[in-house]
Amino acid sequence: MVDLEALEAEARASLAEAGDEAGLDSWRVEWLGRRGRLTAVLRGVRDLPAEERPLIGAGANRLKGELEDAVTARRAELLAAASDGPALDVTLPGRRPPMGSLHPITLTRRMMERTFRDMGFDVVEGPDVELEEYNFDRLRIPAGHPARDMWDTMWVADDGSGGPRQLLRTHTSPMQIRYLERRQPPIRVIVPGTCYRYEATDATHEWMLTQIEGLVIDEDLSFAHLKGTLEAFVRRVFGAEIETRFRCDYFPFVEPGAELGVRWQGDWLEVLGCGMVHPEIIEDAGLDPDRFTGFAFGMGVERVAMLRYGVRDIRHFYRNDIRFLSEFDQFRGSA
Amino acid sequence: MDVPLKWLAEYVDWDMSVDELAHRLSMAGAEVESIKRSGGEWENVVVGRVAAVEQHPNADRLRLATVDFGAEEPLQVVCGAPNLAQGQKIAFAQVGAQLIDPGTREPRKLRKGKIRGVTSLGMVCSERELGLSDEHEGILELSTDAALGTPLADVLGDVVLDIKPTPNRPDHFSILGIAREVAALTGGAVREPASSYPESSRIAEDRTSVAIEDAEGCPRYTAIVIDGVNVGASPQWMQDALSSAGMRPINNIVDVTNYVMLEWGQPLHAFDYEILREGRIVVRRARRGEQLELLDGSELKLEPDDLVIADADRAVALAGIMGGAESEISDSTTTILLETANFQEASIRRSRARHTESGTEASRRFEKSLNPELAELAARRAAALIIETSGGVADAGIVDAYPGKSHSPQVVVTQRRIEQILAVQPSVEEVRGILGALGISNRWLPPDRYAVSCPPWRSDINVADDVVEEIGRILGYDNLPSEPLPGAVPDPDIDPERILGERIRDILTSLGLREIITYAAVGADELASTSGDSTANVASVQLQNPMNAARDRMRPSLRPWGFQTFASNQREARGGLGLYEVGKTFKPNPGRQPTEERMVLALLGGESLGSVHGEETRPLDFYDAKGVLEQLGAGLGVVLELAADANDAALVGGQSATVSLRGKQVGVLGKVSPGVAMQFGVEGDVYALELSIAKLAPLMRESVTVASPSVYPSAVEDLALIVDAATPAGELASAIAGNGLVETVELFDIYTGDQIPEGSKSLAFRVHYRSPDRTLTDKDVEKARRGIVRRLQSQFGATLRDS
Repeated sequence: MVDLEALEAEARASLAEAGDEAGLDSWRVEWLGRRGRLTAVLRGVRDLPAEERPLIGAGANRLKGELEDAVTARRAELLAAASDGPALDVTLPGRRPPMGSLHPITLTRRMMERTFRDMGFDVVEGPDVELEEYNFDRLRIPAGHPARDMWDTMWVADDGSGGPRQLLRTHTSPMQIRYLERRQPPIRVIVPGTCYRYEATDATHEWMLTQIEGLVIDEDLSFAHLKGTLEAFVRRVFGAEIETRFRCDYFPFVEPGAELGVRWQGDWLEVLGCGMVHPEIIEDAGLDPDRFTGFAFGMGVERVAMLRYGVRDIRHFYRNDIRFLSEFDQFRGSA
Repeated sequence: MDVPLKWLAEYVDWDMSVDELAHRLSMAGAEVESIKRSGGEWENVVVGRVAAVEQHPNADRLRLATVDFGAEEPLQVVCGAPNLAQGQKIAFAQVGAQLIDPGTREPRKLRKGKIRGVTSLGMVCSERELGLSDEHEGILELSTDAALGTPLADVLGDVVLDIKPTPNRPDHFSILGIAREVAALTGGAVREPASSYPESSRIAEDRTSVAIEDAEGCPRYTAIVIDGVNVGASPQWMQDALSSAGMRPINNIVDVTNYVMLEWGQPLHAFDYEILREGRIVVRRARRGEQLELLDGSELKLEPDDLVIADADRAVALAGIMGGAESEISDSTTTILLETANFQEASIRRSRARHTESGTEASRRFEKSLNPELAELAARRAAALIIETSGGVADAGIVDAYPGKSHSPQVVVTQRRIEQILAVQPSVEEVRGILGALGISNRWLPPDRYAVSCPPWRSDINVADDVVEEIGRILGYDNLPSEPLPGAVPDPDIDPERILGERIRDILTSLGLREIITYAAVGADELASTSGDSTANVASVQLQNPMNAARDRMRPSLRPWGFQTFASNQREARGGLGLYEVGKTFKPNPGRQPTEERMVLALLGGESLGSVHGEETRPLDFYDAKGVLEQLGAGLGVVLELAADANDAALVGGQSATVSLRGKQVGVLGKVSPGVAMQFGVEGDVYALELSIAKLAPLMRESVTVASPSVYPSAVEDLALIVDAATPAGELASAIAGNGLVETVELFDIYTGDQIPEGSKSLAFRVHYRSPDRTLTDKDVEKARRGIVRRLQSQFGATLRDS
């Protein structure tokens, strides 16, 4: 009759003495290996008298499982005890994998796009070099109109072919017309893009700027929807507590026209121009202006980036000094 | 536009603070850019009285004034003004006052001074020193009942709103226009200024005539003839009003024209009638070579498209900009012809730009496009004021040439439209109250319509929504409701190029490159430098008026600014530098819009991109750049194929390659030619990767499924092959990968030298075999290997190195 209890006691005592990985290995060979002592007991079960077989067999199998657990536990114990290694200078620099960055204009543009996308807006782009017709005339700004003074324009030189006059778009608004040429309501779109102004450069003016245009047209939209949409946008961008105000302003392609301001560090700052799409623009698109109404808006990405990041000089954006660009590593992945 | 509040209060009342008034005006569309005090704060400047005047002991032209200013003791100051006299009330500046230095025109603090041996304890001020005007001939004499010692600001001072009108509101260039805004905002009414006057029995049309030869340039011209005027100073109230609005008083005729211009926003001009040959007016384009001397003394050489006012023989004024010197009102003028006209904005703009630096008060208003209906109102008002202030008698009637008269249509707006757009329901009384206060005549036509007409001082009420805006802005946009967008979200418009550009940005950023965004204009020299050929003339979109003459075309390539930006950052980029730009390039199409091609340019150079320490670094090379390309391809799910050579003048021959996808070239990769790099100031080697997103996008296939990893183990084997030294390793690898059991092939060693025949090289590949449906046996692997080796032998003449 095998004394399983004695065997267990001996095995556990021996395990307690194993002090390292090698000790654990030889203990395993001695007890659980192919020729191990417990293995031998298990093998011998078939030679036992029939009445002892179930008792010893079950007991030995149970013991085998317990010893397997015990050796795992002992290994963990030994590893825990041995986990102190030689002291490293933890102040040495790490080997940093390269980390690139998105330009702050891209970061801000994407954050703005995402905000509108969340409200169901489509995102499209348009040409930088526009026809005068789309940039001005079809937006109700004919030649000689006093409102043309609002945009100082860079013209494309006449190539002598007699083609229509071209310019660098002064705003992304021409895409309102282009989008209306191919889509029917409901329309809910934003247009990010580069615009150009013939304007001297200083801390707050660049001749190149990034705009986001918006156009929403559906049945019976009102100024209330304009306000609700743009207030939601501004809350996302500047925080839920931001104070906003809508002031009457003038853009020839909207009526009524407005400007949205936010109170930023105590001052009211203009963030975007907006208004209800002028009924003539709706009519020109082949839609019934009594049925379809909507709103449009336009804003500068640089301006928002300057406010959000506390950038005081707009010229930094196109200088691309990597010391400036790397400042934005901290906004990586931020919405 | 300066709007002095004392003047504004002539027409309208308000019961709120200045700040609140300015805020309400701004919110309704008349943006108040600043609130200023006319003249200044005038701290330490008070009302004083000249108690005594005596000669300065040491200077003939200086005198000593004893000034009583309400303090216990009067003070003595030295004064050089010839008009100083005992008993005058004057503006007395005490020591410490901030005054304008009459010499430098800069603000300066007044100190105690000694002039020719006499101490001066203050100053009796001229208008210039107070910043009121340029007047410095003598001291400013006050006509006030205020007690001595009263701060000057309380006597002379006025609060002035500086309003920036939008282009659609020329009426905001007038005090009355602002008064109408105030009336609408406060629910009040405007007190219209008087404009009736007695007329003589002489008929104006018998005295003069107006011929308009260019009806487009001059839609309307009215003339009133007034006899027997006495030219002199205008009354004090008018001078004060003009000064407070920033205009210099001149004489009672000119002052009235300026006063009415500021009041109504309609410029006017007065001619000395006697100077006009044949006493008549011709509005025409200038004759070739015609000259005109203006009021400010400038001599103009007129161009044939300048619109002028002429008499029977010659030009006497540059229309809408400035009058001529010869027909100017002088002290001896007794009969005047008062012009109140309307000129086309484009014509005024052209002549203004040609002949003046910044325009005049008149041209600024005409350029905003005035309603011709306004002319007659202003003409009658001015005539009434001239007769009131200068005497004289007006001829009966107005000579009114009005070729541009058009029937201004009535605008119909419905209550439903107001509610549809503004989402509020103002009552009919509210709507009519707002329109009435703004001077917009209107009728209510039950059950739902208003018939509205545009008033003479505006031209922006043309469609129903123009009226809706009037209601909305006066109610206050901030008082209108706000709602989220209802309705269906439209299907998006998929733009594969735009999406691909964004993916490329994300991948290149994750590989350690920094995005740059550079200017879209470049110069011919830069382009020539980039192309590596100084004679190359790349077709490009030329700008007519570039910001910088040296960068006069839209970029046909991202390279010039890319190289330049790379060079300017090298010093700061200790270690390695990796930059990229995703942007458009422009190629001209005669007669049509240019082709705008989205491109990506990545530049890489220096030592490793990440940071290392205690380890050797090596310069980044072609294979680092290729690695970026491969990872970009991996991220996009495509295999970009490389083939030597790019044949790109800016890249080094032998170290460049074309990049293709599915056999179509989409870009180039290679080392930037040192000669090109040097011209942009780049130090050391730089590698460029340039892809056309426009070309790549249509070749992309959206993979819709991904393979599940095999649950069976892989078998690994190394294959060392000896091949001709010129055999591209990539082709061997592709051939190996062609075997169906091969999962991956990886080149891990290239060797030439001992034991390798001359002209050959050894390439060692690690090959992973795996089956998706079973565990491979040694036999399977051996069979596969034999097949591979046979193929390499026949295709490349490769031999196994070990055998």
